[in-house]
Amino acid sequence: MRDFTARSLDTAASLGATYADVRVVSRREESIAIRSGRVEGVASGESEGFGIRVLVDGAWGFASSHRVEPKEADRIAGEAVRIARASATALRRPVRLDDRPPAAGRYETPVEVDPFGVPLESKIGDLLAADNAANAVEGVTFTESMYAAQRESKTFAATDGSFTEQVVTHVGSGMEINAVAGDEHQRRSYPDAGGGWRAAGYEYVRGLDLPGHAEPYAEEAVALLSAPQCPPGRRTVVLDPSQLYLQVHESCGHPTELDRVFGTEASYAGTSFLTVDKLESGFRYGSDLVDIVADATVPGGMGTFGWDDEGVNAQAVPLVREGIFVGYLSSRETAPRIGRRSGGAMRADGWNRIPLIRMTNVNLLPKPGMSLDEIVADTDDGLYLASNRSWSIDDRRLNFQFATEVAYEIKGGRKGRLLKNPTYTGITYEFWRSCDAVGDERSYVMLGTPNCGKGEPGQVGHVGHAVPGARFRDVQVGVGKW
Amino acid sequence: MRASAAAARTDGRWLPLAEQVLAHAARDGATEAEVLVVADDSALTRFANSEIHQNVAETSVSVNLRFVSGRRIGVASTGRIDDDGLRRLAANAAAIARNVAELEDWGGLPEPGPITDLPASFADATAGATPEFRAEAVRSVIGAADDAGVVAYGSFATAAETIAVANSKGIRAAQERTTSQLITVHMAPDGGSGYAEQAAVDATTIDARALGREAAAKAKATTGAVSVDPGDYPVVLEEYAVVDLLDMLGYLGFSALAVQEGRSFVEIGRTVGSKHVSIRDDGADPAGLPMAFDFEGVAKQRVELIERGVCRGVVYDAQTAARDHRSSTGHGLPAPNTYGPFPINMLMAAGRTSRDELIAGLDRGLLVTRFHYTNPVHPKLAIVTGMTRDGTFLVEGGRIVGPVRNLRFTQSYLQALAGVVAVGRERKTLRGFLGGSVVPALRIEAFTFTGATEH
Repeated sequence: MRDFTARSLDTAASLGATYADVRVVSRREESIAIRSGRVEGVASGESEGFGIRVLVDGAWGFASSHRVEPKEADRIAGEAVRIARASATALRRPVRLDDRPPAAGRYETPVEVDPFGVPLESKIGDLLAADNAANAVEGVTFTESMYAAQRESKTFAATDGSFTEQVVTHVGSGMEINAVAGDEHQRRSYPDAGGGWRAAGYEYVRGLDLPGHAEPYAEEAVALLSAPQCPPGRRTVVLDPSQLYLQVHESCGHPTELDRVFGTEASYAGTSFLTVDKLESGFRYGSDLVDIVADATVPGGMGTFGWDDEGVNAQAVPLVREGIFVGYLSSRETAPRIGRRSGGAMRADGWNRIPLIRMTNVNLLPKPGMSLDEIVADTDDGLYLASNRSWSIDDRRLNFQFATEVAYEIKGGRKGRLLKNPTYTGITYEFWRSCDAVGDERSYVMLGTPNCGKGEPGQVGHVGHAVPGARFRDVQVGVGKW
Repeated sequence: MRASAAAARTDGRWLPLAEQVLAHAARDGATEAEVLVVADDSALTRFANSEIHQNVAETSVSVNLRFVSGRRIGVASTGRIDDDGLRRLAANAAAIARNVAELEDWGGLPEPGPITDLPASFADATAGATPEFRAEAVRSVIGAADDAGVVAYGSFATAAETIAVANSKGIRAAQERTTSQLITVHMAPDGGSGYAEQAAVDATTIDARALGREAAAKAKATTGAVSVDPGDYPVVLEEYAVVDLLDMLGYLGFSALAVQEGRSFVEIGRTVGSKHVSIRDDGADPAGLPMAFDFEGVAKQRVELIERGVCRGVVYDAQTAARDHRSSTGHGLPAPNTYGPFPINMLMAAGRTSRDELIAGLDRGLLVTRFHYTNPVHPKLAIVTGMTRDGTFLVEGGRIVGPVRNLRFTQSYLQALAGVVAVGRERKTLRGFLGGSVVPALRIEAFTFTGATEH
């Protein structure tokens, strides 16, 4: 492999690149999809290829190919340089990268049970047991149960002498149970909408115990059909981790991406309200209880690795400290523009995509004091919202609206009746400033999403979020008419 | 002819590879097998702050095998196309098929049928587009921004894609398509923003300068936006917003699987839109981004989805068609596919109203350029939430009186269709979720806005 990467870099340099890096990536995937007791899709996939990124005359070029062959390395290096020269014809600010020591070493996700080593029949059996248990509940219309695993082996090399090898394994599994009657369609998901995901092996899937949760979740989906509509109003809400992680993702993770702040995602996903002046002024993002960190070192998160795709070592970067906005997710190109070093957040979706600033594990840190159950007990009147159903946020990440699968009324410190079709909305900083309770370590759990979209051409990112539950006051609940 | 040349290239390169995989599958005991090859040469030049900041190219191929053993099905894919890789592909798919339960209602792979060449689906100029060609177009967009004193952001993508399908029933289908798309957001110094977009088979038909001017003019026109209260407003939705209605309705309801599972709003004969609303899916219409056949190798049929407001049909793939004892309409996605069939070439019928007349019909309402980050809140009622973006204006007495800050809506898209009172006579070709859509602007008598933001 060293010969191949060296040839790629030498060719790029000989053609005029002042900096070049190459990633050779092979990815193995498998998935199982069960729908209402039918094994609808079992698939395995593998792909391999490489991408070369070059700087020529201060401008970027990138080209990639699925043919990992020496001659193709020469062709792709040449194509990348040609593209960079075309970029230079519309360039106003030549790229400058921050310094970092050459990266070297190897990283591998700790895995107890290799998911690809577990017999397929066994994995299908585990999933079918859960799906069948859910379908056995009267009133369930259809179910979807899934398992997936991905292993990515990646070699990175750069003209500064960096050479790293990484093997990252992610697994996910979960079930969605649907009940439909007339115009009403209700769903409950376990452990989370879209499944639960970890950087781990099959031991995580077994630990979820899907069959053990099928029946109560199915009964709740059916019960929601006849539950009262969640009424509109200004309410106290307690967010379960299954919703809170996405609130963190959308309203803190994305707006702290420094490339968005500089406008490089403006035409697609948008920009950010967290402009650089707010970093300098100590903008109050949330209440004193809000501590948010982007931590690529925490075990189990899907944003955990050894080095990012620029060869910057994994690190923990504070984003919000005691409610004050203090940092960004950043790269070697963007960090120097605010006088900082890269936070190591450049990640690419495979060999055929350039690295972009992506979330690592953006975590809301727990606060000593109350568990999530104790927060509920401490709430006289409110709503407990769990499992995301819908999400939307504006192009500067200010106005958000979420729907959850379920709301439980809280009265006198106890969770009571179900309410259907709950929604809540707000302005990001107003919402986080209204946070008056954050759960402690007892309710702190690592979640994440395998489908974070960004960039053109589109890239799908795997990101982690460790969160406890939390409480927010005076939130607008119940949006829309139906 | 270009179509023949394209067919010769695709037949010559990828169908033999697909047949090679079929042979491996047969040796491994497949009773049926289907091979899908998708080969892609694509490039995208991205710009921000009026300069090119990302510029990429990709050569890729994916081979997908659906291996059938009786009623047991295994699917595997690979990007490794040497013989060892293809043998391993067959072995992997066979191993899966051995380990899964039978699909009781498996309807079999589709049978071969006539497929019509679509010359309009391919353009040599797009397939041969160079980095310099894209950079020149981008400089034109930036030039328009410079002239207006605003800043340009966006991307220009060109792609040549080959799709080849071979199955054990005799399907041998190959097509080469090209697509291109230029999108741009222009931003004014005070925070105003405007948008323009065009998609085309032939990248040379995209008028970059005109798109730049359109976005720049709107960015300047949104200077000094003021707040308006959320509430119900009559609206004119420009084409960039209307494409989201079609995409979302396709996702939520126009699929046979959604109907079979009871989660679709579609009931054949049910009136869901006003008489002004007609939507169909037609892979052959040259106004869109044509596609001759689906990912199962079945020729695309024209499907009337909504005709003068009335639900007329949904799209099928082979499996959903078998359940309803009918034929596929040619809307299958690559296996394994739990989403079901999907309409990826939707067209909404044009009306007779000019853009100025659409706006003139608003006594007091909003003109919306586009939507942002939409998501279903209540799937069966097609209630969707999202934001306006890049140009929202207050209209009074039929005249645009000024820009307003962006609003959040929470609105049933079905009720929006029911409220369509006028349809634009011009249509735009735009990229949709998975394909391309052709859409006019609409005037809708009521649209529910439920929140506001700060810009």
